[in-house]
Amino acid sequence: MKNKRSWFDRVASSPYIVWSALFIIAPLLFVAYFAFTDRDGAFTFENILSLSSYSETFIMSLGFSLIATTVCLLIGYPLAYCMSKTSERTRNILMVLLMLPMWISLLIRTYSLMALLDNGGLVSTFLTSLGFEKLTFIGTDAAVILGMIYDFLPYMVLPIYTALIKIDRRYLEASADLGCNSLQTIFKVTLPLTTPGIISGVTMVFVPSISTFYISQKLGGGSFDLLGDTIERQFQNQITYHTGAAISLVMMILILISLAIMNKFSDNEEEIIV
Amino acid sequence: MKFLSKAYIFIIFALLYAPILVVILFSFNASGNLSNFSGFTLYWYKDLFRSGEAIEALKNSLILAVCSSALATVIGTLASFSIAHSKNKYYQSIMKSVTNIPMMNPDIVTGVSMMLLFVGVGLMFKLDNVLGFWTMLIAHTTFNLPYVILSILPKFKQMDKHLIEAALDLGCTPTQTFFKIEVPAIMPGIISGLMMSFTLSLDDFVISHFVSSPDFKTLPLYIYNQTAHEVKFSMYALCTLIIITILVLLIAVNLAGAKKDKAPRRKPRRIAKGELAK
Amino acid sequence: MKKLIPFIVIICTTLFACLALSSCSSEEVTTLYVYNWGEYISDGSEDTLDTNKAFEEYYYEKTGKKVSVNYSTFSSNESMYAKIESGSASYDVIIPSDYMIQRMVNEKMLAPLDLSKIPNYQYIDEKFKGDNVYYEDDSDNVYSVPYFYGMIGIIYNTDIVSEEDAALESWSLMWNENYTRDILQFNNSRDAFGTALYWLGYDVNEATEEQWKEARDLLIEQKALVQGYVMDEIFNKMSSGSAAIASYYAGDFMSMYEDNDALAFYYPKEGTNSYIDAMCIPKSSKNYDLAHEYINFMCEEEIAVANAEYTYYASPLTTVVNNAGYIETMSEVHPDAFEILYGEKANSVKSQAYLNLSADNLVLLNSLWEELKVENTIGNGIYVCCAVILSTIVVLTVVHTVKKRRRAKYYTEQPK
Repeated sequence: MKNKRSWFDRVASSPYIVWSALFIIAPLLFVAYFAFTDRDGAFTFENILSLSSYSETFIMSLGFSLIATTVCLLIGYPLAYCMSKTSERTRNILMVLLMLPMWISLLIRTYSLMALLDNGGLVSTFLTSLGFEKLTFIGTDAAVILGMIYDFLPYMVLPIYTALIKIDRRYLEASADLGCNSLQTIFKVTLPLTTPGIISGVTMVFVPSISTFYISQKLGGGSFDLLGDTIERQFQNQITYHTGAAISLVMMILILISLAIMNKFSDNEEEIIV
Repeated sequence: MKFLSKAYIFIIFALLYAPILVVILFSFNASGNLSNFSGFTLYWYKDLFRSGEAIEALKNSLILAVCSSALATVIGTLASFSIAHSKNKYYQSIMKSVTNIPMMNPDIVTGVSMMLLFVGVGLMFKLDNVLGFWTMLIAHTTFNLPYVILSILPKFKQMDKHLIEAALDLGCTPTQTFFKIEVPAIMPGIISGLMMSFTLSLDDFVISHFVSSPDFKTLPLYIYNQTAHEVKFSMYALCTLIIITILVLLIAVNLAGAKKDKAPRRKPRRIAKGELAK
Repeated sequence: MKKLIPFIVIICTTLFACLALSSCSSEEVTTLYVYNWGEYISDGSEDTLDTNKAFEEYYYEKTGKKVSVNYSTFSSNESMYAKIESGSASYDVIIPSDYMIQRMVNEKMLAPLDLSKIPNYQYIDEKFKGDNVYYEDDSDNVYSVPYFYGMIGIIYNTDIVSEEDAALESWSLMWNENYTRDILQFNNSRDAFGTALYWLGYDVNEATEEQWKEARDLLIEQKALVQGYVMDEIFNKMSSGSAAIASYYAGDFMSMYEDNDALAFYYPKEGTNSYIDAMCIPKSSKNYDLAHEYINFMCEEEIAVANAEYTYYASPLTTVVNNAGYIETMSEVHPDAFEILYGEKANSVKSQAYLNLSADNLVLLNSLWEELKVENTIGNGIYVCCAVILSTIVVLTVVHTVKKRRRAKYYTEQPK
């Protein structure tokens, strides 16, 4: 029977193997190739070494996305929790309301936030009419972080909410029976049980916010150069393709390492739970 | 407590929707500025459709999304079939980690790597004009594949293995088994993968930004180009149209889903009435 | 399966829509790829003439062949150059600035023009011809037809900028600390370094390495005062009053003035950049004749007037400058419009065009620009927040690990 199946197995996997070799592995090799060569095609470490001048950009991007992720978690977890406590009908409506922004393009959401925050926009007009002096939002670090939070909050809420819904009610009852008050139940039962949801939420916020360039372009008013902006700028000019490839490579490795660490964290967690 | 949690939900959702509502409102604003609403107009909508560019971009987006999601679904289904059936643990884990790469990588790195691949190959073979529809199709299919595979693989695991054996014993060829037994069993996974990749591809901007060419502009690229310069109210009109379309689609899908949920409830009653006995 | 139905319906309608849309354009259509600066053509918005559509109609009437103009825009000469040089896209007509044309001619990326196919070339002002055409090679081939020209000046908001400061008519306004975070700087290396070099009184084309570095230090010093590095976002920021000082192109000042009449303009006395943007045909063009046709069409009086009235840039065509309607429109836009664009004001200022930089200088400029860009202006608050978050993560991890160990110990000891 095995022989009978094997030819089909082999044929079935071949398109994907070819495809992933050509379009997943090969592009990464090209990035590595560009990162380690100069314009004449000779092998060099110079691109990687020259990245030391971008250390501040790395730190700033990391800082922005860390803050955005933390705020998202702090806002998103209670939101998901409150949502999971509502009646099923409300829950479904809230679900649609939460999904809608996720379906709307990031460009549109960022652009609409800009419309709200822009000088001469509604917020500043409103504040001026209340007697505050002229405030500039666009071009401040707060605006960029706010943009990240606004754009990626649904990605934090959704996995946490899914994890919360899946919790067996009996755990909560047991915890209450054993004398925990509701706050203790949240910290000792609900929170550990939703760790996988938190981890995937954190990933889904952290990765796009560390690599964004549209948000910092629009809301940063051109004065914040995050990693994404830096990479994008390198690829506008042929001279700097190699530097751009080097930055991308380093960023990719950093992100993959932090994801691997986080995944390890969540795996252990599950062992404890189960 | 209950009131507090409701208030919290309300506030967060209000903040989440405030900018979107502002855009919708101001797309009807007669005076072209953001600080005050001076009257209702459809001028910006007319302005948007005057040059066929927006329609052209929408058309391109749809063509690309249909092609890339279909291609990704076909390749992804076959791939998850072989991953699920493979007895070789090594092969399985390699395939799974390769699949994870485009998902874990930030979009910008995927875009950059694709662009370097295409430009590099173009330079090697002295090709002009490498970027265009085909490179976009390849890039979109590539980032769609993991989502398809990850939504189909669990369905293979849930499937009853005995069904396959039974089919083979009853004289089906492996190909027949695949199409008659396995494909129907994993259909929900295929559909959700297809749907997901369709929307992802429709929505993608970052990767397209790096691998696109002027002869094939998708809707997100068009929006990016337009918003790179001044604030344009016709873009608010476009955003409004997109938001409303998505809202209608989501509601439609959800209503259909709700109807389906209700359907099984009726059955027992019918049995009770003896309707099914006939 | 019922869940699928709406989705299948969506897919089907999509496919039908695609088919219906694409069947409309099934006729034989040649596509002409045009690559231009953003906001640099009359595009039909706000009741103006849609130039590209007019060309399609004109060509159809003239030859009976259908042509479709694929128009896309770039935001800097360098990004345009990168796109063409990488061979990733081919265009039929491009509209770069002077120094970039020179560079592309030197690198043999442009096709020489056949002037007999551009009869309207005769209306181009004499000062852009003959010895003044500096984008020709040794064989006297002409590679470009001027589209618009102008100079860079400083736009300021009279509500915010004091009269004494403005009366200096100097680049120093861009470095005035009284207007911290109200200043906008160019977001491209050549123009941004240009502002510093002009102020320092150096030659923008022949600056030595020390002079470039001096300019960089000046720009880094300015970074604390600057609200942002922007290009066309300037329009919105200046007209809404969210920024008060910007250096930009004279023509664009008129557009901003239309929306906000508190704005004023001067050419800095230390000298400034003059530029010519011109239409060229890249070697990779596949529609050589059609591209000529397009360039000629752009020089038609009616079309050129429409473009000039849209962009407010100075037109090199004598037909436009003498067009009565145009003169009237411009004086309605700004009382001094002609004076600023073509008059004494423009001619008396010391001005210098950018020339192509040597490869070494380009690399230098690029690395200096990167140094400026990575220069950090964020407050310490970010670092403090970051440190707090990181330490919380570390503490949580440690607590978590300790707890886990203890628990593991507890469970393993239990059976005993």
